[in-house]
Amino acid sequence: MEQDHTVVAKTNGPVIMTKNATKEPKLIQWILISIVLLFLTLFLVVPLIAIFVKAFEKGADAYLAAIAHPDSLAAIKLTLIVVLITVPLNAVFGVVAAWTITKYDFRGKNFLITLIDLPFSVSPVIAGLIFVLLFGLHGALGTVLQSLGLKVIFSIPGIVIASIFITFPFIARELIPLMQSQGTSEEEASLTLGAGGFKTFWYVTLPNIKWGLLYGVILCNARTIGEFGAVSVVSGHIRGMTNTMPLHIEILYNEYQFSAAFAVASMMSIFAIITLIIKSIIEWKTDFKSTKAS
Amino acid sequence: MTIMTEGKRKNKRTIPGFGLTMGFTLMYLTIIVLIPLSMVFLNTFSMGLPEFWSTITEPRVIASYKLSFMTALTAAFVNAVFGVLIAWVLTRYSFPGKRIIDGLVDLPFALPTAVAGITLTTLYSPNGWIGQFFSFKIAFTPVGIIIALIFIGLPFVVRMVQPVLENIEKGMEEASASLGANRMQTFIKIIFPELIPAILTGFALSFARALGEYGSVVFIAGNMPFKTEISPLIIMTKLEQYDYEGATAVAAVMLVITFLILFTINVLQWWTGKRYSGK
Amino acid sequence: MSIIVENITKYYGSYQALTNINLEIESGELIALLGPSGSGKTSLLRIIAGLEQAENGNILFNEENYTHKHVKDRNVGFVFQHYALFRNMTIFDNIAYGLKVRPRKIRPSKKEIEQKVIELLQLVKLEGYKERYPSQLSGGQRQRVALARALAVEPNILLLDEPFGALDAKVRKELRRWLRRLHDEFNVTSVFVTHDQEEAMDVADRVVIMNEGKIEQVGTPEEVYDHPINPFVYDFLGSVNLFKGNVQQGKLVSGNVEMNAPDSEDGVSTGYVRAHNFIIEREASGNDSIASNIDHIHSLGAIVRIEVIRQDTNEPLEIELTKEQYTLLELKKGERVFVRPKELRVFVDYMAGI
Repeated sequence: MEQDHTVVAKTNGPVIMTKNATKEPKLIQWILISIVLLFLTLFLVVPLIAIFVKAFEKGADAYLAAIAHPDSLAAIKLTLIVVLITVPLNAVFGVVAAWTITKYDFRGKNFLITLIDLPFSVSPVIAGLIFVLLFGLHGALGTVLQSLGLKVIFSIPGIVIASIFITFPFIARELIPLMQSQGTSEEEASLTLGAGGFKTFWYVTLPNIKWGLLYGVILCNARTIGEFGAVSVVSGHIRGMTNTMPLHIEILYNEYQFSAAFAVASMMSIFAIITLIIKSIIEWKTDFKSTKAS
Repeated sequence: MTIMTEGKRKNKRTIPGFGLTMGFTLMYLTIIVLIPLSMVFLNTFSMGLPEFWSTITEPRVIASYKLSFMTALTAAFVNAVFGVLIAWVLTRYSFPGKRIIDGLVDLPFALPTAVAGITLTTLYSPNGWIGQFFSFKIAFTPVGIIIALIFIGLPFVVRMVQPVLENIEKGMEEASASLGANRMQTFIKIIFPELIPAILTGFALSFARALGEYGSVVFIAGNMPFKTEISPLIIMTKLEQYDYEGATAVAAVMLVITFLILFTINVLQWWTGKRYSGK
Repeated sequence: MSIIVENITKYYGSYQALTNINLEIESGELIALLGPSGSGKTSLLRIIAGLEQAENGNILFNEENYTHKHVKDRNVGFVFQHYALFRNMTIFDNIAYGLKVRPRKIRPSKKEIEQKVIELLQLVKLEGYKERYPSQLSGGQRQRVALARALAVEPNILLLDEPFGALDAKVRKELRRWLRRLHDEFNVTSVFVTHDQEEAMDVADRVVIMNEGKIEQVGTPEEVYDHPINPFVYDFLGSVNLFKGNVQQGKLVSGNVEMNAPDSEDGVSTGYVRAHNFIIEREASGNDSIASNIDHIHSLGAIVRIEVIRQDTNEPLEIELTKEQYTLLELKKGERVFVRPKELRVFVDYMAGI
């Protein structure tokens, strides 16, 4: 193998050690690989297969009927609406926040990064609760909203804002390390050539971060589609009205309509698999790997 | 908050747009995160200490803290051990299907938690594909909760450790081998110490996520008070009974714990940054 | 365009990077800012460009105050140390960038831009590379693209930060000749930063020697090399031998040696003698002949470097002879010789009494 040759060349050591100097015996390798494969099969592969098997347990007709059910379609539509509002807003925020943090020097930068990371660690249920406390009937802004005739909790705006909270850090968190490693000299070069701030961002910065941005958008998108706890608190579970796809799955499951629940779940799993594929493609294409588990 | 330092002369930043972008960032952050989160503490303060104390020390609530803490800790520990092993195998060995496996590790991040929840429940219920092979119950017991938490926390340690393993200087391992250390000694004395910060950070992230997790747990837990009722579920239950104050009090306790974990992660990162970047 | 730097002071936090810098650069000059790392030369260059702001002082272009002008309005060509080429653009787009981003009113037409870029590509001899990306070029080629990009906007002044720093020795030499020719052709006022004295001496009309945030000396390469005004400049340019001693009545006494120092004040002083300013003899010829033993002889092509050890103080001296002189003397390692300085500069050690 190539690696073994470089070892010989570099160390010039005795022949006995060069062969396996930085490698384990084949047997150990295969034992470790087997343990990992067994673990991942048990925890990832089997569940993934189970979703599809359970979804088709009652045949393709039942599957299609479950998905074509008006409540399912309404849930899919609502989830799409939430994604279409949440992801662009957080993308804009992510780019602006990452730009602020990486292109300027100011005091309190690390504190700001910590604040941006905060929603990662807050329980989804609490994320829902805080918006109930703020916008709910007895909440801080409850009376104001009521007098204006606006309803946030138990309606779409509540679901959207809770989703924004949950996925708030995703894109900024992908962009900050990337932009930090790229530095500011290209932006400075652009300024010396007479371009202003916006042109510099548009022609120089944005093309440099496009893959990182797409990566963040993909992750943000996946989490928004799948968010359960926070949305569950603020939605009110009104069928056909405020049920997103995960909430719809819960209702079907609790009503013992297992095949229907898994049918909707299988659709969401396909989204998840597509997400993983796009993510891997970006990683191969750009050598860009998320170093921060999100 | 004083974020920018002004020199004696109005110090223009070379790259334009500081005021605009900083203003937008702070405004968005304040509206979406800071004001809503502060509601928990504002509402807690307004409820009075005795009431607050009696709510958060109810036996049923205490039992939920214990359960959440123990299950999250166990799951994070399992994930730390297997995370290192998975990262090691993925960076050091080659085998067919490695790339697919590597991509699949992130499945728990991409798969909706509710989907994970119903699937794991179905698999581990007494007559499920996996549950049938065990003489004891898995679903609807703390073991089931741990399994769900292992699932959702799986990628954290792997993704923290993987880049560190990729960047370890080959020369160090070769030097260790050339000085007569065997593979095990090299791993324990040379490689493992390099991984410790990443493992600890991954462990803490996985633990924090597991503590707050709701969607994947709620199906498999069975939600029996004192036995399989986790803290986020207590909040949910209190909310459904319109006991906003009770829910808020429990949430405040969980948030404080979360902040402590975050603080620990930051200290860890500061500590490791200091240790390894020092010239 | 002329540049005047007036009383510039710059802090980074509490660290004072530049202290009261004053400098006048005439239109069409090629100036080198030379100094060790941390001397403030790059800060000064970036302040002239407008990439950084000084706490105090003014920057004037053609006697017009530019201190508060933003970098994008200064029309300077800046060549960055690591080139800072736009990685997502082709070479063509890199060079065209400065013209393309102009406001519509003063933007040249597409055709004019293309023509200009092709001209510049010819100038930097990269005609065949316009569709490539920066990552596909060698260091020297990137350097030339960076220059072409800076020249495309017809800058008032050209500023270069360590322009040859990242290149290997052979390419460096070629490129710096080429820069000199380019400057003579365009006649644009140019300032470049370097820590390499040979580079500064070879290319610049005048050299500004900086140290610890201050200017030590400004002058033509000959002036600063032949008449350094202080010990730092002496030490920084070329190899030099130090004679620590005392000046008494116009003579520097160091060890057993007395050297003429007619214009020096009495007191603890150090004499500076360049390596090539020595005569080696077999017999003593006065009080300034230093009895020494030859310790090493290195032949470096046209010159021969000889290390001798003084017999009185056991200190080493470094002497450079031409090959011719060396052959004539037939010196051998270990031989005892007398060494006499031809030219000596004495500086009083102000620090000695403290």
